[in-house]
Formats: sequence, C-alpha cells, structure tokens
Amino acid sequence: MTTDAQALRSTAVPAERRVRIRQVSGAGAMTLGGAAGGALALTWLLYERILAASGVLGFWLSWYVIFLLMYAAMAAMQWDKLAVRDRVASVALAGAGVLTCAIVFDQVGFSLARGLAAVTHVSFFTHTLANAGPLSPMADGGVLGAMVGTLEEIGLATLFSVPLGITAAIFLVEVGGAWARPVRTLVEAMTALPDIIAGLFVLAFAILTLGLQHCALAASLALAVTMMPIVARGSETVIRLVPGMLREASYALGSSQWRTVWNVVLPTARSGLSTAVVLGMARGIGETAPVLLTAGYIKGLNFNPVNGWQTSLPMLIFNERQQPDANDLARAFGAGFTLLLLVLVLFTIARLLGGNKPGELSRRSRRRIARETVRR
Amino acid sequence: MTTESSQPDHDQPRHARPGANGADSPSGPHWPSGWPAGPLAAGQPDGHASSGGAGTGTATVAGPETSMIDYVGASSPHLGSGPLLGLEARNVSAWFGSNKVLDRVSLDMQPGRVTALIGPSGCGKSTFLRILNRMHEMVRGAALAGEVLLADEDIYHPSQRPADVRRRIGMVFQKPNPFPAMSIYDNVASGLKLAGIKVSNKDHVVETSLRRAGLWGEVQRRLRTPGGALSGGQQQRLCIARSLAISPSVLLMDEPCSALDPTSTRRIEETITELQNQVTIVIVTHNMQQAQRVSKYCAFFLAAEGTPGHIVESGPTEKVFDDPVDPRTADYVHGRFG
Ligand SMILES: Nc1ncnc2c1ncn2[C@@H]1O[C@H](COP(=O)(O)OP(=O)(O)O)[C@@H](O)[C@H]1O
Ligand SMILES: [Mg+2]
Repeated sequence: MTTDAQALRSTAVPAERRVRIRQVSGAGAMTLGGAAGGALALTWLLYERILAASGVLGFWLSWYVIFLLMYAAMAAMQWDKLAVRDRVASVALAGAGVLTCAIVFDQVGFSLARGLAAVTHVSFFTHTLANAGPLSPMADGGVLGAMVGTLEEIGLATLFSVPLGITAAIFLVEVGGAWARPVRTLVEAMTALPDIIAGLFVLAFAILTLGLQHCALAASLALAVTMMPIVARGSETVIRLVPGMLREASYALGSSQWRTVWNVVLPTARSGLSTAVVLGMARGIGETAPVLLTAGYIKGLNFNPVNGWQTSLPMLIFNERQQPDANDLARAFGAGFTLLLLVLVLFTIARLLGGNKPGELSRRSRRRIARETVRR
Repeated sequence: MTTESSQPDHDQPRHARPGANGADSPSGPHWPSGWPAGPLAAGQPDGHASSGGAGTGTATVAGPETSMIDYVGASSPHLGSGPLLGLEARNVSAWFGSNKVLDRVSLDMQPGRVTALIGPSGCGKSTFLRILNRMHEMVRGAALAGEVLLADEDIYHPSQRPADVRRRIGMVFQKPNPFPAMSIYDNVASGLKLAGIKVSNKDHVVETSLRRAGLWGEVQRRLRTPGGALSGGQQQRLCIARSLAISPSVLLMDEPCSALDPTSTRRIEETITELQNQVTIVIVTHNMQQAQRVSKYCAFFLAAEGTPGHIVESGPTEKVFDDPVDPRTADYVHGRFG
C-alpha cells in the first residue's frame, strides 16, 4: 500500500478518464450498418430483378421491414434474448422518429421549393393580389391581405375559444357533479364535428338569422366553434394533473374555491394550458371550409374585422391553386410556406407566454442565483 | 369505550376548560379583544420575531420593534397571531361512507402547550386532525358527529364559514407542498391573498413569518426564486411560514417531519418550540422521541381490529411515556407494537 502511495506521489497525478457510458461499440455499429446495407441489396434484388414491382414508398417500406428482420437475426447471433429485444425496439423507435421528422421536413421543404419563386420577392409579403392579373409577373401580387385576414380571424377566434374552453375544463375538473358527464360528452362530440358544419352553423345562425355581415368576426366565430373543444379537452387534462395536495394547501389557508382555481390551479397548469391553446390554434389556423362560408374571398386588403369580405391564407391557397398559371401555383405554395411560418411564430409566442414549468428556473434566474451565491 | 373509565386524566381537562380560553391562560399573552396594534409588530412574548431566523445579513424592512402592520379590516381579532385560543374536541366521531373510523374522541388542546397525537397508522389521527379545521368535509362521503370548540365557539355551528375556520386554524401537511408556480416570497404571501386579507406592509409580514419559521436567514437573498427549488426541510419550513403569515390561533401539523432528514427535523422541532407560546400547536407524529421532545401533552390513538379509532389514554407527555395507565400505551411507546 505504501509503495502505491509513494508511486502516486512521485509521479504527477494523471488526468482522470471519465467513464463513457453510452459508447457505441464497433460491433454494434457494424451490425446496424450491415443490416441496413444487406436489406438495401435484398430489397433492390426483389424489386428490380425478381418481382418487377415499382414505387418509391413500397420500396422503402419493404426495406424497413427487411432491415428490422435482418437486424434482429444478426443481433440474435451475438447477444442474448433480452438484449436483442432491447436493441430491435430501440432501432424500430428511432426509425419511427426519423420518419416523423422526415415527413415534417418534407412538408416544409416541398412547399418552400415549389413556392421559392414567390417567397424570394419581398413584394410577396407586402402586396395583395388586388393588382395581379392572370399573367402578371411574380413581382406583382402577394399574401399581405391573406396574412391580415388569417391573423385577425385566428386572433379573434383564440380570444373567444380560449376563455370558453378553459372555463369548460375548470367546470369539468373543479366543479364536476351530475352535469359534468353530459358536458364532457358534448365536448367530445364537438371535437369530431366536421368543420364545414361549424361554418354552416355560423352562416345560418349569425349571418342569415341575426344579420351579421360576412366578415372576419363571423369567420372567427366559426373557428372558435372548432377550436373550443380542443382547448377544453387539452386544458381538462392538464388541470387534472395539478396535484390535489396543492388544492388542499390552498383550502387549508382559508381560500375559497374560486380563489384556489385562480391563484393556485391555473398558474400551476400554465405551461400545459399554453400547449392546449397551441393545439386549438393549430386546428383553427388551417381551416378552409368555415372561412369560405363566413368570410369569403377578396383579392384586396381589408383591415376591418366586422365589415366586408376577407381572405385568409388557406382561402388564398385554395383559390390560387385553381388558376392555370405557373406563377399562381407558386404563389399558392408560397402562401402555404407563409402559413407554416406564421404557425411557428404563433406557437413560439404561446410557448413564451406559457413560460417554464412551475418550479423550474429560467436560465436567467439560475444565473442570478449563481451570481448572488458567489457574492455572499 | 370501556377503557375510558380507567383513565382519570381523560376528562379532567374538560373541568378545567374555562381556563382554556386564552385570556386566562397562564402561559399565553393576554390580548384584549381590540388589541391596539398588529400583534406581529408588537413583538411576540419572547421576541422570537427577531431572533427566530439565522439572523445573517441585513433585514430589508424595518425591524419588528419599530414598524407596525396595519391589517385592513382588523375588526376580526384573529388576524394577527392574536389571542392564544384553545381547541377542544367533544365526542367526535367520523365516517368515510359507512365505515366508522373515529369513535367519540374527546380531547382538550390547551393553548400554549404542544399537544402530540400518537398511535399506529390507520387509527384516525389524520382524520381527527382534519376534523379540527374542517378539512375532513372536503372528502366525498365523509361525515362526522360531535363538536369542536375554538374558544367556546363550535366551529361546526351553521353560522361558521369553513374558510374562516381554516384561516384561524392552520395546517401543515405531511409532504411539503409549496405552490410550485410561486416564488418563495409569493408562497408566504399566498396565504394573505388566498384568505383575502389585505395588509399594508406585505414585505414585513413575509419577513416576520419566515423568521418565525426559522427560514429567513437561508432564503432572504433569493426570495424571488421558486419555492420548489428549496430542499425538503426548507420547503416544509416554507409551508410553516405560509401558514403563519395569516396568523392562525392554532397550527395543526400532520407528521411534518416524516419526509425529512434528521437535521431538517431538528430545525422544525426548534421552530415548534419557538412557536409554542405564540400559537396552539397540535402535532401528529410517529416518532416517539419527537413527541417527548416537543410536546407537553399527549394523546394515544388506537384502532383495534375492525373497530373505529379512539383515544386510549391522554395526559401530560411525561406521564403517558413514563407511567402510562393502560398497558397498550406502555407497549406502544416502548415500541412493542405499531
Ligand atoms: N379518503 C378516505 N376515504 C376512505 N377512507 C379513508 C380515507 N382517509 C382515511 N381513511 C380511512 O380512515 C382510517 C383512518 O385513517 P387516517 O386518519 O389517515 O389514519 P392515520 O393518520 O392515523 O394513519 C383508515 O382506516 C383509512 O383507511
Ligand atoms: Mg396520517
């Protein structure tokens, strides 16, 4: 022992090597690569030489299945049963993850590629279609009018549907009782409501019966009908997740039910509620049918949400897509890309407003604590 | 109930009840019904308000000796840790649905002395405690009989609002439960907000409460950080501070240390000792040493096979531990069952 200690003292202490826990072993990587390559070769053989089948989708689907089988077989030669199951499951799940991401990138990339001719013009975002004729160049005509329409409609619809949806969720979780079941059934039924019915409802009730104009307000009412159940369902789930312990603590402090909901339950569920709102907006922002029936379509710009026809981005896509001109088609795809960007911006805003999970520190306050600790 | 006849201690406190009413209490301070200034400001009987915390660093607001809290609407004398009030349960029974879990429990919890409730789990200690501040009725299917008197007023009288009762009788739970969406400061102030109490000097109430809970020194530099970022023991003291901020007359604690390490447990026990002359404390504990350390009076609950829980023996803690009347008590406190 003493010699060890002396040896240690005499030589400089070597830098410690950290244990690498998630190391990819050579054999593991080779198995993965081999299975992928082998599956590719076999699939090619089947498709091109034996079956004379065709189709990209079928090809890759067959490849994926063969790949999994091969990987399982090769793994079984080297490892025990549990390890094989574990590895095959993680490879299959990773494949599903890659597929999901690929689809998203495909959607965004496709609309960007097809609409590239349009979105590279700044005028595309600052002009309306008012002066764009059938054969006008790309520099003419843009989506400004539709952007204004979409923002006004989704803004108003969010304003209507979020308080209603969250109130319904509070009723379901916090009040409950005999009426909770019919309300929940109704909300679930509304989730499955075809969106054009929501448009027809507003058309028949608000516009034809009550005499409301065709306008953004009418469209937002229709959108709110489709968004409300989504917000309510999402909010119900997250409000139910608030620990009952916190409600008890609040009541034990002499709080009323209303104060408990407002000061304890909703703030605790805030980040989850923002997700529910995002889900609702995601449903509403892409709706075409209800908007078609209630706000219609114009080529120009209309800022007034309570008077006059108005275009939204889905409506513009729908219309431009029907034109024969290649420029119009590019504008449709450009509008699609704009819609995706808009969704991204709105979601980011909702996330920022939702904030961190309760009890989690933001990076800034973590830094501040660190600073203050040092100062002490 | 046959065992009760063998306990001379059991109904003795009831005869002494008139003395339980704060004003006559020997150990508690005398607060006239229209006490002049905020009692927090006036300083507690032994000055804990300024010595409770670790005392490091500088105070951000004026010391308790100089400033005064003006409770807006101080017409109700319980705002502020005003009169020390005793709590007495008389023949309390409790049911969950058709299952009777407590059978005619009577206990006098006098002001100025800590009462400990001991007994094996499932014998109804938590249920009894929750009956004392009307939390029991929040459970669906729960029912009770008997009366609970807070300074001669039955808290179950129809004219009593549950929220008002809970404001006067605070509760600390087994698991620390600070509000995760609130900062440390807001957690302490939340009691005021939730109970609808308006104070002119919130900073002062927060500081005083944190000092009384023995947490001020540790958190004064980071009052704005989330309460959930504290250690378990600190969270529990934060919950105590939160309860103290609305100045209850009685503080009920349900196994407050069972989720904590020994050091945090010791801090909480110190806190209890410091608070015992300011609020009436009732504590449930599974730790016999803790019961002996912190309490002056002790009640042993037991629920024999299939029968509802009841008090086997109650009396001064020393007597219950050193010279119990009932052999089951002796067995339990010496760790022979339960
Ligand atoms: N919410 C509840 N619903 C039904 N039974 C309950 C409920 N809470 C407690 N009980 C029953 O009441 C009895 C006493 O429980 P409790 O007061 O929690 O005991 P202790 O705190 O002494 O361990 C137990 O038998 C328990 O099963
Ligand atoms: Mg218990």
